[in-house]
Amino acid sequence: MDQQQLIDYTLFLADTNLILAQRNAEWCAHGPILEQDIAITNISLDLIGQSRNFYQHAAILLGNGTTEDSLAYLRAEREFKNLLITELPNNDWAHTVLRQFVYSVYAQLLYTQLMGGNDKQIAAIAEKALKEISYHIKWSSEWVIRLGDGTEESNQRINKAIDNLWPYTGEFFNPAYYETAVKQLDFAGLQDSWTQKVTSVLEEATLSFPQNVFMHSGGKQGVHTENLGYILADLQYLQRAYPGAEW
Amino acid sequence: MKIAIVKNYYGDFGGEETGGNVPKEYTADSTAWPLWEVFIRSKQGLDHKHAGSLKAADAQMAIENARDVYTRRQEGVSLWVVESKYIHASNPDDAESLYEPAEDKIYRHPTFYDLPDEIKHM
Repeated sequence: MDQQQLIDYTLFLADTNLILAQRNAEWCAHGPILEQDIAITNISLDLIGQSRNFYQHAAILLGNGTTEDSLAYLRAEREFKNLLITELPNNDWAHTVLRQFVYSVYAQLLYTQLMGGNDKQIAAIAEKALKEISYHIKWSSEWVIRLGDGTEESNQRINKAIDNLWPYTGEFFNPAYYETAVKQLDFAGLQDSWTQKVTSVLEEATLSFPQNVFMHSGGKQGVHTENLGYILADLQYLQRAYPGAEW
Repeated sequence: MKIAIVKNYYGDFGGEETGGNVPKEYTADSTAWPLWEVFIRSKQGLDHKHAGSLKAADAQMAIENARDVYTRRQEGVSLWVVESKYIHASNPDDAESLYEPAEDKIYRHPTFYDLPDEIKHM
């Protein structure tokens, strides 16, 4: 694995966490109930913490005065490598908890593999993040079960979320050029374990997922949906308008 | 229009099936989640102390909500939750008969013994 691949891979991990954190943070003061508002924004803060660790690592690898802030606030849309699923609009609570669930299960399996990698810093960040991720899985899987096995309305909403989000889950297992260089990653094993875990929760929720659907990809390579530009406009506005502003 | 005024004390809803701080007939939304009381043990060896209350659909969610609402700043190592309807409180109107009789019985504190000098740390 060359240095550029390692940097790109670290940025992929950082960007994915940052954009999902930004989406979850949009729930702040809009949650369905105070307690869940705090729960989803706590998860957002966990993800920001993980993205900061990865950005700090990438900044050291890049050198030349790069900082975690310049990576988050001053890169353009095509430079972001986040998974497409993280930038999709929150839509409703069902979409939000389902996305968190499918992503967190993927992240748990991925980070477990990363713990055994050559890059000690990435391995250490992954190990620390796993404690948070197991709570995110617990929290989101319970919501998926609650909505799937709940009322007629909640069942309809979570089913709609499955239909809308499923085509974005294939990207998890479709390696980008910088991922194929990470030797310890086993994408087939990742997909098998992910499918198994997700299926067991969906079954408990009386739900199932669509088979043989078209899978979107591109985010890992910097080719995004129309949503990312708007997210970055929101996220980066202050640093773009007032460069170097602090508070 | 008939207006019923019911005087309630905190936690005094033993007959209520739904729980919550509001008697059933005044609940705007009958599907509202019940209220839970949260107790936190701040470290090993100490007692659980009442920290506050929150809404949750079931005990599992109440524990998780308590974790998110009350232990975000390292407040605890253990949580208890109990539905508020299961807590019964003494009536403030009975305070005189319940608590005042203890006021003139300071001898119930074990502070009237002469201790030998050899005994320390008592």
